[in-house]
Amino acid sequence: MAEPASQRQDHDDTATDDFADADTVLELDGVTKAYGTETAVTDVSLDVQDGELLTLLGPSGCGKTTTLRMLAGLERPTEGSIELGGKTVAGPETFVAAEDRGVGIIFQDFALFPHLSVEENVAFGLSDWDDDATSERVAEMLDLVDMPDMGDRSVDQLSGGQQQRVAVARSLAPEPDILLLDEPFSNLDVRLRVEMREEVRRILKEAGVTAVSVTHDQEEALSISDRVAVLNDGRIEQVGDPEGVFEHPESRFVASFLGQAAFLSARVGSDTVDTAIGSYDRTLLKGLTDGYQGAMVDVLVRPDDLRAVPATSDSGNGTIVKRQYTGPSFIYHVELDNGDVVRCLHNHAEDMGVGEPVTVDLVSDHSLAWYPTE
Amino acid sequence: MATSDRLDRLRNDGTGDDDGAAGFSLAVTAGAVAAVVSLPIIVLVVQATDYGLGHLLGLVTQPSSVQVAVNSVVLTGIVTVGCVAVGVPLAVLTVQTDLPFRRFWTVVGALPLVVPSYIGAFTFIAAFGPRGELADLLAPLGVERIPAIYGLHGAALTLVLFTYPYVFLTTRAALLSFDGTLVEAARTLNHSRWEAFKRVTVPQILPGVAAGTLLSSLYALSDFGTPSLMRYEVFTQQIYVAQRSLGVPEGYPAMLSLQLLAIVAVVLALESRVGGSTSAYISRGASRANRVELGVWKWPALAFCSLVAVLCLGVPLGVLVWWLVRGGEAVFEFDPTAAWNSLRVAVGAAVVATLLALPVAGYSARSTSVTSTVVDRLTYVGYAVPGVVIGVALIYLTTSVDLLTWWLPVGADAVTGVVQSVYKTVPLLVFAYVVRFLPQAVGTVRSSVLQVDPKLTEAARSLGRSSTGAFREVTLPLIAPGVAAGAALVFLTTMKELPATLMLSPIGFETLVSYIWLVRGAGSYGAAAIPALVLVGVSALSMVVILAQERYNG
Repeated sequence: MAEPASQRQDHDDTATDDFADADTVLELDGVTKAYGTETAVTDVSLDVQDGELLTLLGPSGCGKTTTLRMLAGLERPTEGSIELGGKTVAGPETFVAAEDRGVGIIFQDFALFPHLSVEENVAFGLSDWDDDATSERVAEMLDLVDMPDMGDRSVDQLSGGQQQRVAVARSLAPEPDILLLDEPFSNLDVRLRVEMREEVRRILKEAGVTAVSVTHDQEEALSISDRVAVLNDGRIEQVGDPEGVFEHPESRFVASFLGQAAFLSARVGSDTVDTAIGSYDRTLLKGLTDGYQGAMVDVLVRPDDLRAVPATSDSGNGTIVKRQYTGPSFIYHVELDNGDVVRCLHNHAEDMGVGEPVTVDLVSDHSLAWYPTE
Repeated sequence: MATSDRLDRLRNDGTGDDDGAAGFSLAVTAGAVAAVVSLPIIVLVVQATDYGLGHLLGLVTQPSSVQVAVNSVVLTGIVTVGCVAVGVPLAVLTVQTDLPFRRFWTVVGALPLVVPSYIGAFTFIAAFGPRGELADLLAPLGVERIPAIYGLHGAALTLVLFTYPYVFLTTRAALLSFDGTLVEAARTLNHSRWEAFKRVTVPQILPGVAAGTLLSSLYALSDFGTPSLMRYEVFTQQIYVAQRSLGVPEGYPAMLSLQLLAIVAVVLALESRVGGSTSAYISRGASRANRVELGVWKWPALAFCSLVAVLCLGVPLGVLVWWLVRGGEAVFEFDPTAAWNSLRVAVGAAVVATLLALPVAGYSARSTSVTSTVVDRLTYVGYAVPGVVIGVALIYLTTSVDLLTWWLPVGADAVTGVVQSVYKTVPLLVFAYVVRFLPQAVGTVRSSVLQVDPKLTEAARSLGRSSTGAFREVTLPLIAPGVAAGAALVFLTTMKELPATLMLSPIGFETLVSYIWLVRGAGSYGAAAIPALVLVGVSALSMVVILAQERYNG
């Protein structure tokens, strides 16, 4: 934990720019959750600013859902504390239950009450409001989610996208301090998912609500979030704005979890970095210090950083071992002469066959992340 | 993945104990219910051990006891085999072949469940017994004697014909949920139809068949009416007789009851070995393979189905209608008070059982702790305990003078006074029904609680409801149909219950079943027509409830 946080200061200067002046709404401090001898979440510390949308991203079993449930008050942390709106809601002595916390939740399968109409679902959290205020708020919420005039529908008549809109409206109606989204798009089909991502982001921004979402889908995390926190094995690996995390992963895990990452093994010389595809100036590697001279490092290369051109077996530096056709493009897997396997992105018109010798070139116009060879 | 599964499980365990005061009081209530309904069994054991081991061993090993045990086991064995022999072919025919009118035969195959077996036995005797309708019919043709219906074969035949639907229905369910592409896969791997059936279909449907045979064999073991009417000496019939006789050795009914329970336990254990070991029964995504074409075998198949239908439905209904038509004056001797009494006690049992089932079902559906499993299982006691045994236990509890002094050091006299005051009263009768039929209410309520996504409760809580509020506003409305179905089932099965009614009814308190029993004894068959037809109608309704509930759950 300590190290990535300090590293972040080095190059992640844009991370909280948008929300730098905003108040902190949610603060986790050293939150840990253990079940018996198994630890699901270890020492997680995070701040979320007013109006921000932060996503916890990680593979299944990384502790992201447990973290979300602790924020909601559905689980109690074993150690550490959670502050919401300046009040401690979970700590060594205090625990505020879900119903008294002022959090809204959007569940993975929406959890709409099947015995209630759309309107009644949205009004469910407004039991303390008087009738006029309730119906006004419900109408306002249905407008916000672009479903006016559908209040008397029963929820099982709704499409997946509409159910999600109702779930959003229902959770926002009681004006929660913070909104939690648990894998909110995983129950939608692919096309609807992309559409609803944009739509939910629009609604959240329009409502100005602070939100924490949880997902294992990197595309979703990178596209909707103001900041992303990557979790692995119960710990935060890196927190930052989407571009920063994607371009400059601070750990091998983050690098390999985001994008189709590959690693070039390289030797650091006095002026150059030598790899199987050529020698480059040392400035290519971001933040490389003199201490690494003579050491072996692994350089992160993504498919769009590399290009392969047909060659003869003598002049080339690698061989195509696999090709993935994705529609608009090909991704060629190339085994380099030193055994490294890298991936190169090409448009669909450039057709090369498996077994063909190629020359791989670096076409990236930005500095690259690297990790000491393990 | 494995780790996260494990964490999930731990988490579930965690929340079971986590939910504070509400969860605790729910657990205590559920535990109390379980303790009360398992009381009759405790009483039996206490009573039996009271007499000393030597005395009991003497009773068990006396020749007449051994004969009763052998008879019971033989009858149960024959009925079990017979149910498989009738139920499995019917199920295969209606699911996997091109038998004509399959939907019709499916309904007809399940319908015998609506005829209480004692009414079936009663009508069989009337039809096939000496001086029965069949004998009358055949007499002009010079047939002097037809084979006697009484005894083992009569009892076995009746029980097979009225309990095979359990096997039929569970086998059908297994066949329907069975993925037909598996058979196709086997056939592409060079298996003939028959080999594929043996090596793929049979292992997959075996747990379903086993579940059905369990129900049939438990029914055969615990049924009192059929063996009594067929004059075949088995445990239930002997217990009933011994309970009413003065000359039997002390503790004899209790001892027989315990022996019967031991056999029930063996059956349950056997079933859990056959059926419990595999989860293949639940294979979803049933795509159906092509149906088998029967060809000329269609005719024997139709004949088989028709024979079963005539015996199971044609004979009993025919006889009852015949009595109604030909009964004359006797038909109208029927006193509606009996129907009113049946209705009263059944409503009472349904209400009480449902109220008790709610905490038990809620607790066992939401908690995975060992205690909740034990509590849940304890309420199933009534499921395995025959009505006769519950009758014996409750009579002993309410008549024995010194039973309670034994476990209540203080206030035993007062409690004994209260307990004895309910002997042969309506509350005790209702309590017996509750013990016996609580599992039906717990089962339906629990399955509807399980249908409710726990996320809905969490959503309600995140929207500001306490756990009680969430239960009232979200869970309760959603489980209401299940609760109603459970209550209806208890109501309907209570209407049909024979032995507990005979043993525990207050003096002079007639219900539909006790009335039928009475007029049968008096040989005035016509008077039984109306109450018997009412009971068949009541049973038919309970089938409708079960089917509707299954659709709701599915």
